[in-house]
This record gives sequence, structure tokens and C-alpha cells, in this order.
Amino acid sequence: MSSSLEVRQLKKNFSSQKAVDDISFALAPGSVFGLLGPNGAGKTTLIRMITGIFYPDEGEILLNGKKFNPEKDTINIGYMPEERGLYKKMKIGEHALYLAQLKGLSKKEAFEKVKYWFEKFEMQTWWHKKVEDLSKGMSQKLQFVITVLHEPSLIILDEPFSGLDPVNANLIKEEIYQLAKRGSTIIFSTHRMEQVEEICDHIILVNEGKKILDGTVGEVKQQFKEHLFSVKTAHAMEHILSPAFELIAQNSQMLKIKIREGVSNNEVLQYFIQNNIQILEFHEILPSLNEIFIRLVEQGKASRQFQKDIA
Amino acid sequence: MKKVWVIIQREYITRVRNKTFLVSTFLLPVVMIAIIIGAAYIGKESSRSYKFAIHDPSGQYASRIKNEQKLFFSKTEDCTEMNFKEKGYDGLLRFYTSNKVKADSVRLFTSEQTGLSVDENIILQIAKIEEAHVMESNGINKSLLDSIQQESNISAKKIYQSYIIKGSSIKEDNKALAYGIGFACGIIIYLTLFIYGASVMRGVMEEKMNRIAEVMVSSVKPFQLMMGKIIGIAAVGLTQLLLWVLLLTALSSASAYFLTPDTFTEGNAAMQNLPQQNVGAANSMNVLEIQNILMAANWGTIIGLFIFYFIGGYLFYAALFAAIGSVVNEDPQEAQSLMMPITMPIIFGFLIMTASIENPTGDLAFWGSVIPFTSPMVMMARIPSGIPENVPYWQLLLSMFLLIAGFIATTWLSGKIYRTGILMYGKKASWKEMSKWVFRKK
Repeated sequence: MSSSLEVRQLKKNFSSQKAVDDISFALAPGSVFGLLGPNGAGKTTLIRMITGIFYPDEGEILLNGKKFNPEKDTINIGYMPEERGLYKKMKIGEHALYLAQLKGLSKKEAFEKVKYWFEKFEMQTWWHKKVEDLSKGMSQKLQFVITVLHEPSLIILDEPFSGLDPVNANLIKEEIYQLAKRGSTIIFSTHRMEQVEEICDHIILVNEGKKILDGTVGEVKQQFKEHLFSVKTAHAMEHILSPAFELIAQNSQMLKIKIREGVSNNEVLQYFIQNNIQILEFHEILPSLNEIFIRLVEQGKASRQFQKDIA
Repeated sequence: MKKVWVIIQREYITRVRNKTFLVSTFLLPVVMIAIIIGAAYIGKESSRSYKFAIHDPSGQYASRIKNEQKLFFSKTEDCTEMNFKEKGYDGLLRFYTSNKVKADSVRLFTSEQTGLSVDENIILQIAKIEEAHVMESNGINKSLLDSIQQESNISAKKIYQSYIIKGSSIKEDNKALAYGIGFACGIIIYLTLFIYGASVMRGVMEEKMNRIAEVMVSSVKPFQLMMGKIIGIAAVGLTQLLLWVLLLTALSSASAYFLTPDTFTEGNAAMQNLPQQNVGAANSMNVLEIQNILMAANWGTIIGLFIFYFIGGYLFYAALFAAIGSVVNEDPQEAQSLMMPITMPIIFGFLIMTASIENPTGDLAFWGSVIPFTSPMVMMARIPSGIPENVPYWQLLLSMFLLIAGFIATTWLSGKIYRTGILMYGKKASWKEMSKWVFRKK
């Protein structure tokens, strides 16, 4: 299947600083994609190139198999930036119409779409209210509607849940799934790893302008697993010692073990069986994305520090 | 282009619908008239009136000193420096004379400091009295001389007319009219550059601070956004100007309804028949005369060129104001300091304009009316003095061409700064950085 967005060897420099340094990835239609990275990693620059705000210094962007054209493709993209705002003095309905028209919809189309989405999100009564009278959560909802109302094939959301209460966050989460099901590709940029694990199929991690991780959530976790297992025994045990594994921590019945390299799970289980220890639970502990994220970013810093020291 | 049109509409409609627009459009002419009347009233009321006692043993001054609007004199015998206050006077004017022709010294004693105008008035009166005295002793009739002087002054004005000859064409040289129209046009352009330029800047700052800039530039190019705003505000400016013209026409025709031309002619006739009128009054132009002169001006050309320079000057500066707005962060103080390099040439242009009205063909006037930083004001001050007598066609065309080239250049330059500045948060851009943005390729 052809990818809906493909980014090839994208580079962007600001004076001497490499903001985006040779990043490539491809996204399948209907996938929810997590773009992760610490502050200043180059996420925003990358997104701005994909949305046509910046021109890349090198590399290409393909949208639905064709070379990306910032002028014509605005109708195919919906972007909700992290730094988002609205004209405070405008009425909400007019504001939505205005931005829809700027996306390239005709006045009539814009009106129909705005009406449809306002009804869907139960916002009809807001039409004549002014933007400045909205609460933060309400304006967030409005932002989301404005981003997706022209039904773009690529939707980019930068921290879409910040400031939303759980009810509205769920509403929007549900809508993201719906949009993905209908074939839109969604890029989701955030620091909140638990949301990424929940929503995203595919993630990349960017640090200092470089892609340092790419894959599905499952793949990434497998890649970073440390052969840690959690074992629950029927009785609190003492003197657990085996050449097959290392005991990392023990809390009465709960054991955290690390299996030595080249040892299979069954060999570990054998130890327990031979010692006649009843096992209630045995499962692998996979690292959370949060841990992987922190580990990779810290590693980057440490290696940089090391290079500096020897230089 | 369609998107620019959508932006223009929004910028125009939100501004025109705004209460401040309505208030400023309809109230400004009223307020201006009120200020003029108020200032005149305050000026009249603020100077207090004085009552002075005159002590003049010779008698040759006391009888001839006249009461003025705010100055009252009365001749007394028994008033001294010590008791004038008790007798109800504000001061004592004492003449010391040893001969019949002139006073040796004149002294004014007051208990409080008086205004400068009091001294000036008394000195003028003494001079006149002495002048009349000398004339009379030489057999000259003062009042006859006054009326002769006045009549010859008026008749000289009637028979005098200045013309400008260029090749075979002869044209009347209406200096007063050129002066008036030039000054009015120059001032209007000067004010509108500031008002609408600042309006563009505030609009851009609002977009940046509201954090809507990034939402916008993901749908439209930054340049389209900037141009939409600039053109939208230009349309607001033209609307406001048009409304002011209509409003002033309505006001003046309303006043003409109450004050018929007959009142003016009667008033003028009455003034001219006054035997002892001030020299200043003879200078005041007959209203009918002004009407005739106004007819003489080439209104079509002036209005056409005014609109050209109004829009051209606005476009030249609006883009620069937009660029400044885009690099400012939350701090309004920053805007002030960044605006300096833009407001300076505007103020400078205003100064050159006032000089050019006096001398519309000088070097300063020429350069000022050709360089686009000042040309909208300076050229408009020169144009009423006559095309092509005082402003040759080549100068006009050069000035227009440079203004168009100038606003294309400032718009291009500002577009580059704007594009980067509008997405920069938290950091103040230095001039050096801005120049980098301008020369960066993409």
C-alpha cells in the first residue's frame, strides 16, 4: 500500500544550527503516528516543513504519492499547532467560517461543514459568542473543529489534549480514531507518553534534529526490552539463586528477575519447578515509552558530554 | 488571490464594524471643531482684564490713551504708588514729562505681575500717541493719513496679480491657495501614515500575541496574510477619508444654509467701511474672493494625485510597520524603540514639507519630493503650486515611479522579515538578525 505521507532525507538549518538533520519516514493511510522528542528536538520545524510553513533545505515531502505543493495542498492538511490562538474579538461562527474559507473551501461549503461539526460537538449555541468569552477547554474544542472540518487527508495535532478535562479529551480522542478509520493519517506530537502508548500505531523519536527511533509501539518496546520478568510465587521465598537469572528485587511473593543472555524462559521456569515453587504469575516487563524516551535522550546527552571531554 | 480577498474582507469588516471606527469617524470632525472653538474661547478668557490709574500731570497722554478689550485706564489726580490698590485699581501708570513733546519716562506700578501683552499694549499706545503728536506739530492730519494708507493698500491689492510664464503659457500664480491646499494635503498624509501605519502594526502584533499566526500561515502564505491586512486597512482608511469629506461637506453646506452669501458680503462691506480698522483686518480675504480662487484650482489633478500619494505613501510605510509588528514580543516598549527608524523619516518629511510650501522649487523641495520616504508629503505640498510651472512633468513622473518602486521594495523586504518574525516567540530580534532574514534565500 502506498504511503499517505512520505518524508525523504529532510534537512533544515537555522544559521549554524541543524534543526532537522536527515529525517525520513513513511506513514500508511489511516495510521495514527506519534512524533516524539524533547523540547527543541526539531519537532516543530519538521511539522512546519510538512505543513508548508518552512521550505526544507534538502529532501522531499510526498503527499499521497505526489510531491507536496504548499499552495495547493493546504486543503489536504489540517494543522493544530502548539502555539494556537484565535482572534479574540471575532464571533465563533464567523471565525470558523473564515478559517475554513482560508483552507480553500467556498463560502457555501464552509458554512455546511461548520454547521455539521458544530452540531456534532454540540456547539451550535456558541455561534454568536465571542472567542474571548470561551473557556480554555472550549476554545480547544473549537480549535480542533477548525483543524479537521475540511476533512483533510493529513491531520497534525501538536499537544491536542493540553488543558482539556477528561470528558472532552475522550471526545477528541474518539474523534481522532474515527478520522483515522475514515482514512485520514494523523500525526500526533506530544510529550505525554501514556497518550502515545494508548493512541499511536507508529512512533518516531527525534532528538537534536535526528531520528533516533522508528517503529510500531510494540516493536519499539521489544527493541528496548531488558529481559526483565515479574514472577509471583504462592509463598514468600528465600534464597532464590540460579545461574539462569539474576534477582533484581523481591517484595515477599513478588520477584523481579533479569534472565541472563542466551537463557530461555523455560529454563527459568524449570528452576522454579525443580525447587517445587508454585508460580502464580510469570510475565515479561516491557519498558514504558516514557522510560525508553528518557533513556535515549539521556544517552544522547551523556555521549555528547563524553565527546566534549575527550576533545 | 482568493484567500487574500477573504483576508481583506475580514480586516475591513471587523474594523469598520468596530465601535471605535464609528466614534472616531463621526466624532473626530466634531471634536476638532470643538477644540478650535474651545481653544479660542480659553485664549480669550484666560487673559484677565486690568484697570489702571493714570497719573499724567502734563495731560498729553492721559486723554489719548484708549481703553482696550482687557485694559481700562482712568485719569486720576490723587492716586499714588501706595494707595492705588485701596482705590480699586490694579496698577498705576505714571508719566514723567519735562517738555511738551515727549515723556522722559513712563512707569507702571502693579501689585502683581501682569502679562507681557499689557506691556506691549501700553508701549504701542505711547508710540502711536507720540507719532500723532509729531505729525500734528508738522501739520499732518492723522486720521486722513490712516484712511489714505488703508485705501491705497486695498487698491494695490486689487490691481496686483502675479503670473507664471513658462514658454507660451501664462498662468495666474495663486500663492495663498497653493499654500492652503498643499499644507492641508501634506498634513492629511502625515497623519494618516501614522494612524493607519500604527493600525497595521497593532494588527500584526495582535496576531502574533494571540498565537493565531501559526494557525493562519498553515493555510495562507505569510505574504498573503500581510498584504491582506495592509490592503484591508487601506480600504478602511479610504472609507474613513470619504466619510470625513462627506461629513465636512454636509457641515459646511449646513452652515451655508444658516449663513447665506449675503451675510458674508454684508459683513465684508461693513468691515471695509469701518474708518479705523486694524491693519490685520485689511488682510482678511473676502469670502467671495476665496470662493473664486477655489474655483481656479485644478481640482481633478490635485484629487487624483492626492489619492495616488495617499495610497502610495501608505503602502510604502505600512509594510514596514507590519515588519516591526512581527518582530515585537509582548513588550510594547520594544515596539516604541523599533518604530523609531520608521517614524523619524515621516517626521522629517513633515518638516521638509513645511519648508517646501514656502519654496516649492528649491533643492530641498525637489529631493524631498523625489525620495519615497518623504515624497508623499512633500510632493503633495508642491503640486498645488502648479504643474508643470513649478513641478515639471519629469519630476512628477520620477517621484511617482520611485514611490511605486519604493513600496515594492519595502513590501518585499518586510515580507521577508514578517515571515520569520511572526513565528518567533520569546526572543527579541536584533537588527542584525532581521537583515539576515532579508537576505536568506528561502
